[in-house]
Amino acid sequence: MRPVAPVKTLRIDGRDLSGRQEETILDVARQNGIFIPRLCEMDGLTDVGACRLCLVEIKGQNKLLPACVTSVEEGMEVTTDSERLQGYRKMILELLLTERNHVCSVCVSNGHCELQMLAQRLGITHVHFPYRFPKEEVDASHDRFVIDHNRCILCTRCVRVCDEIEGAHTWDIMGRGIDAKVITDLNEPWGTSETCTSCGKCVHVCPTGALFEKGRSVAEMLKRRQFLPYLTMMREENE
Amino acid sequence: MTPEELDQIAETEREAQSKFTQRVNVCVAAGCLSCQSQSVKDALDQEVTRRGTKDHCQVKGVGCMGLCSEGPLVSTNTGVLYKKVEATDGGAILDSLDGAPVSRLVCPTDVPFFQRQKKIVLENSGIIDPDRVEDYVAANGYTALIKALTEMTSREVTEQITRSGLRGRGGAGYPTGLKWSTVSKSVGTQKYVICNADEGDPGAFMDRSVLESDPHRVLEGMLIAAYAVGASEGYIYVRAEYPLAIKRLRTAIRQAEHIGLLGSNICGTRFSFRVDLRLGAGAFVCGEETALIASVEGKRGTPRPRPPYPAMEGLFGAPTLINNVETFANIAPIIRNGGEWYAGIGTEKSKGTKVFALAGRVENTGLVEVPMGISLREMVFDIGGGIPDGRKFKAVQTGGPSGGCLPSDCLDMPVDYESLARAGSIMGSGGMIVMDESSCMVDVAKYFMDFCMTESCGKCIPCRVGTYQMHRILTAIGNMTATPQDMKMLEELCDLLKHTSLCGLGQSAPNPVVSTLRSFAEEYRAHIEDHKCPAGVCGAQPAEERETA
Repeated sequence: MRPVAPVKTLRIDGRDLSGRQEETILDVARQNGIFIPRLCEMDGLTDVGACRLCLVEIKGQNKLLPACVTSVEEGMEVTTDSERLQGYRKMILELLLTERNHVCSVCVSNGHCELQMLAQRLGITHVHFPYRFPKEEVDASHDRFVIDHNRCILCTRCVRVCDEIEGAHTWDIMGRGIDAKVITDLNEPWGTSETCTSCGKCVHVCPTGALFEKGRSVAEMLKRRQFLPYLTMMREENE
Repeated sequence: MTPEELDQIAETEREAQSKFTQRVNVCVAAGCLSCQSQSVKDALDQEVTRRGTKDHCQVKGVGCMGLCSEGPLVSTNTGVLYKKVEATDGGAILDSLDGAPVSRLVCPTDVPFFQRQKKIVLENSGIIDPDRVEDYVAANGYTALIKALTEMTSREVTEQITRSGLRGRGGAGYPTGLKWSTVSKSVGTQKYVICNADEGDPGAFMDRSVLESDPHRVLEGMLIAAYAVGASEGYIYVRAEYPLAIKRLRTAIRQAEHIGLLGSNICGTRFSFRVDLRLGAGAFVCGEETALIASVEGKRGTPRPRPPYPAMEGLFGAPTLINNVETFANIAPIIRNGGEWYAGIGTEKSKGTKVFALAGRVENTGLVEVPMGISLREMVFDIGGGIPDGRKFKAVQTGGPSGGCLPSDCLDMPVDYESLARAGSIMGSGGMIVMDESSCMVDVAKYFMDFCMTESCGKCIPCRVGTYQMHRILTAIGNMTATPQDMKMLEELCDLLKHTSLCGLGQSAPNPVVSTLRSFAEEYRAHIEDHKCPAGVCGAQPAEERETA
C-alpha cells in the first residue's frame, strides 16, 4: 500500500484551503498569503505560543487558540482578523511597547524591526497604557555583538536558535514575570561566555534591535534570516 | 507482599493496640507543632514512663484534628478533646483518663464545627500515626489496593471512579474518571502518574495536612491510579516549603517499598510501580500541570500551550496522569465502598466531600471536610462559628488568586463547582478566607494581583506585562490617585488577560478584580471619586494608625 499523507481541508477567513495533518493553522495561512501577526514564532524553531499575537478564533471553540501551535483539522473554520482579535493584538503590542524602552529614532533596527512594522501594520498610533521606563543594561562585552535589554521583548528566539540549531545553549532566561530577562551562561558578561561560539545566529533571529552587530549605526542593522529555514531543511534531508 | 501477609500485619497491629486500655493522641501536624505540640507529647511520654504505665497507656503522635486555631490539640480514648494544651498539663490529662475530664482544657466536640463535617479524605487524620504504616494498615489501609489488584481489572477500577462522579480537587473540577480512561487509552509503553502537591494558594493548607496526617493514603491512591492507567512510574511534586510533609512522605515511601507495596510485581501480580519525590523550588506557576511537568523534567518551570494535554503527551512525552493530593486521597474509599456509595454524597454534579482550609475572620479556623452542596452560610456561621468581635460579615474569598470574593447575598448558595463558578469565583483547591467589614475589597484585589504579578513566569506577554499594569492601577486606586480612565483600562486588561493568556495563572488572574468589581463597585467608586476608603484600610494614613485600625 502506498503511504497516504493525511490531508485536511479547512476554511480560513472564508477561503477553502487544505493542509497536511502535521501543519499548523499558521503554516497554511502563510502558504496562502493570509497574514497572521506573530513575534515569537519563527520558521525553523520550535513553537512556544508565547507572544499570543497569532491567536485566532475557531468556530465551535470558546477559547482563542494560537495559530502557531494549533494543528489543522478537517472542517475547521478559522477567523484570523476579527475586530475582537485586532483589539487584543493592539493591546498586547501596546503592553510590549510600555514594558521596556523602545525608542525607534535611535535604534539600530529602525525601519527593519518586526515590532515596529507590526505596530505600524496594526495601526498603533499611540499607547494608552503608561510606560514603565525601566533601567535596563546594555552588555557590549562581546567582540562582535551587543545585547541591549531595553529593546528585548523576551520572544526567546535567541534562546531557541542557540539551543536547537547551534547546540550551544548559551542563552537562557532568568527571573520571573516582569523581571524575566535573557542571559548568557549563568548571567555572566557575554564576552566572557565559554559556551558562545560567536556564530551570530541569535543576532539575526532577534526581531528587534535588542541583539545587533557592533559598528552599526541607527537603522543600519539588517537581519538575514534566510539561513534558518535552509539549515533546517538541509538537516532534515540528511537525516 | 501477599494479601494474607497484609492481613497479618493488620492483625498484629490491632492486637498490639488492644493491649492499651488508655490512649492519648497528640496532634503533630505542622499547625499544632508550631504551637509546641512536640513538647506536649514529650512531656506526656515522660510522665507515662515515670508512672510506669507504659504497657497500658499509649501516647501517640497523630495528624491534624482540624481545629488548628485552638492547638495544640490532644484527644483521649475517653472521647475528650483538649485544646491549647501545654507541656505542664500532661499529668492532669493522664489523671483524667480514670476520672473526670480536665474542664479548663476541654474543647467541646458537640458543636457544628465537628458535627457538620463528613470525613472521607480525613477519616484517618488525627487517629493514626502518620509515621507508621502498620497503623495505616490496621485502619483498613491498602485493602483497596489489594482489592483492585486481585479482584478487579484496570477497566473496572476506572469504571468505579467514573461512577463515583469524583472531580479533580485541584480546582478546575475535571472528571477524574474521564481523565483516567483517557490516559489508559493513550498509546505508550511507558506512562506516568504524577501527584500534584504544589499547593500554593495563600491561606490554603489542605494538601499539606493530608500529606502530614495520612501519607500512605495518597500513595495508595497513586498505586490504584497507576494500575488503572497502566503506569509503572510516579512522581510526587511537593513544594519544598513543606519539610514535614516531605519527611513523612519519604518515610511512607520507604515503608511501602519495605513491605513490597511499591516496587516490582506487587502482590505477586505483574503490576510494578515506583514513586519518587520532586521538590518544587517556590514557583506558584509550577502547580500548573504543564509547568509542573517541565519542572520534573529538569527544565525551567513554565507552562506550554495545551493541547496536547498531558494525558496524551506529558512527562518526557509519555501519557501522564496528573491529579491533586486530595483527589488521590479519595480513591481508596471509593474502591473500598464502590462508586455508587461516593456518588450518593454531595450534589447532582459535584459528588463527595471537599476539604477546606477555613481561615480569616471567623471564630474557628482550621481544616474541615464537608459534603458538597453545603451552603456558604453554614460554612461561615455554623462551622466557622461566625465573625468574631461582633463585626459584620463582608465577603468570603474562595479559590485563592484564581478565585473571587463572594458577598453576603451569595451566602445561601451551595458550595459546589457550578454554583461557585456562576457567582464569579471558583471552587479552587479549597482555600476559604472569610473577611469582615474591616477588609477593603480594593486592597484584597491588589493583594492577589501583587501575588499574580510576582508569580507570573513571564513567558506570555498578557500575563507578564498585564499583571504589572493591573497592579499599578490597583495601587493607584488604593492611593486615591486613580482616574476614571484607569478604571476603564482595568476592565480592558481583565478581559485581555482572561482571553489571551497562555495558562490558567494569567487567565484567572483578573478573577479577584472582576468579582470585587461586580459585588463591591461602590468601594472602587469611593476610592476614585471621593478619595476615601470606606473600610479605612487604603490611603495615605500613617503606618501605625493603619495597624491599630
